[in-house]
Amino acid sequence: MADLLVLDGIRKSYNVGTPIETEVLHGIDLAMKAGEFVALMGPSGCGKSTLLNIIGLLDRPTSGRLLIQGEDTTSLPESALTSLRGHAIGFVFQYHHLISAFTARENVIMPMLVDRGRPDGEMERRADELLDRVGLIKWRDTRALNMSGGQQQRIAVARALAMNPFLVLADEPTGNLDTASAQGVFELMRRFNLERGTTFLIVTHNHDLAAQCDRIIELVDGRLTGDRRNSAIRNAAESG
Amino acid sequence: MRRWLTFAWIAALRFLGEGRMQTGFILGGIAIGVAVIVFMSAMLTSVQTNFTNRVLTSQPQIELQPPDEVARPLRQEEGVIEAAIVQRPTQRVLSVDQWQTILTRMRARSDIVVATPSVSGSALAVRGDASRSIGVVGIEPDDYFRIVRLPDYIIAGEPSLGTDDILVGIDLANDLGATVGDKLNVTTGTGGSRILTIRGIFDLGSKGANERNTYVQLRTAQSLLNLIGGVTGIDLTVNDVYAAETIAQDIGAVLPVKAQSWIMTNAQFFTAIWAQTLSSLLIRIFVGLSVAFGIAAVLVVSVLQRSKDIGILRAMGSSRGKILRVFLIQGGILGFLGSLAGSALGGVALLIWHLYARQANGAELFPMIVEPSLFVTSALLATLTGVLAGMVPALRAARLDPVEAIRG
Repeated sequence: MADLLVLDGIRKSYNVGTPIETEVLHGIDLAMKAGEFVALMGPSGCGKSTLLNIIGLLDRPTSGRLLIQGEDTTSLPESALTSLRGHAIGFVFQYHHLISAFTARENVIMPMLVDRGRPDGEMERRADELLDRVGLIKWRDTRALNMSGGQQQRIAVARALAMNPFLVLADEPTGNLDTASAQGVFELMRRFNLERGTTFLIVTHNHDLAAQCDRIIELVDGRLTGDRRNSAIRNAAESG
Repeated sequence: MRRWLTFAWIAALRFLGEGRMQTGFILGGIAIGVAVIVFMSAMLTSVQTNFTNRVLTSQPQIELQPPDEVARPLRQEEGVIEAAIVQRPTQRVLSVDQWQTILTRMRARSDIVVATPSVSGSALAVRGDASRSIGVVGIEPDDYFRIVRLPDYIIAGEPSLGTDDILVGIDLANDLGATVGDKLNVTTGTGGSRILTIRGIFDLGSKGANERNTYVQLRTAQSLLNLIGGVTGIDLTVNDVYAAETIAQDIGAVLPVKAQSWIMTNAQFFTAIWAQTLSSLLIRIFVGLSVAFGIAAVLVVSVLQRSKDIGILRAMGSSRGKILRVFLIQGGILGFLGSLAGSALGGVALLIWHLYARQANGAELFPMIVEPSLFVTSALLATLTGVLAGMVPALRAARLDPVEAIRG
């Protein structure tokens, strides 16, 4: 299977050209195949979020290449990156970051509305389908503000999948949740991964959850220090 | 979700709706600003139009008169003046030279609507023991009444003139204790004297004019002022009242007459209008600026409050342009809604003012002129102001780095 994502010597520095220039990522080489469910682990401040932002096209590397489906994105203009981000990548953050002015359904519709590529009825059907899948169809007209943390994070997962992206980046999506809610959100993402073949890259500190991923990548001080595959888990998940 | 709205409109409306208190306060501020502008503009327009109408319906727009008589200094040779003091001669009542030719030429001009001859001079009106100094104006009523709408100001009698009739002002009639049908003995300085019957009494709205102005037939005035066959002036109205001065200068340059437009004879009035317009404009500009700063301040705060939302929207593929539009639309909506409320508020203020600001006799001070275009213009300007005021915060929002915004 062809690589979905290739990072080739990715470096990221801040305050470039100044005496306080700091390199956060020191030449990351990484490849991910479509349909993988990957955990990214590492201590705080090791560059996980920076790496996720670069992969998510929210930030540009100082050097190195980032290929998505074989296309080198490092030379693309911002408008192309924005468009690619909107169509191909979904985000789930530690704090749900739902837009409080909108209802659950409107939050899920929002990425489709930004894209404006499909009719209203289709957008609403798609949002309802996703809300149904995350078990919140009954709350579709409730303001996101009035829902529990677990519910909000499930809506965030539904929103990340609204555009049917091939890659979802989750930055500590269960970090603010209790154990039961965290497991629920994790299982939700796993289900979408298995059913739709969506690739997930999940930053987490939770070893129990990471152990349930197909692959665990470890990052320490801006360098990849571990990359373990767990085919038994994958097989168990598919059969389970 | 409203199906016909784009993302930018939906987001703008929701953001405004969510910050209800903020939105409410700034809408109140915009409404008061627009109300002040609407009220002031309507008042100024009404005062100016009313005054202009009064002036234009009580005097010709251009008067052609004989040129002033001047004394020529004695000169022995070129550049040498014999008499050191040149005394200005007295101005006799003279006829306009070749006035019939001039009248024909005036009537042939496309920019002139009405041209009519007149004879004017001073006289003494006597009734019993009472006498008053008056100005006699001899006119051809059919044409003259198209220039000065005297029939509109008649309060007793009728605006018709026979050779022995006279129209007088209400204050002169009161001073002489006369009414319609009474006779006056009118005597001029040149020795002319006629017994004239008061045919009508008018009220021009000015005590001075009501005391002094009287109107008689052209031939009667010629006889009284010893100016048989002559006229002292030709009165004109023009298509464009504000072009009167240009037309007057044009006429004065080619004909042997002194041409005076209503603009020159009411120079003080125009100075007052100019000063009023300027001060009103300044007030409107400053009110508009305070409204714009208010909108900008609210939107800047909104951008700060929503920076995470903006970051998320950017992460979801929203371009900088779309984010820009979200905040420009908010500015426009605030301006538009504020202008609607302000127009209503200004309209109510005008109604209240019109209801309570009255003359001593209960009549209105002047007719209130409120053009619908005033509200349309206010709405358009306020909306534009809102959009422009939203520009700085919108640019700030569009330039937000999504990573920084999400991180907060």
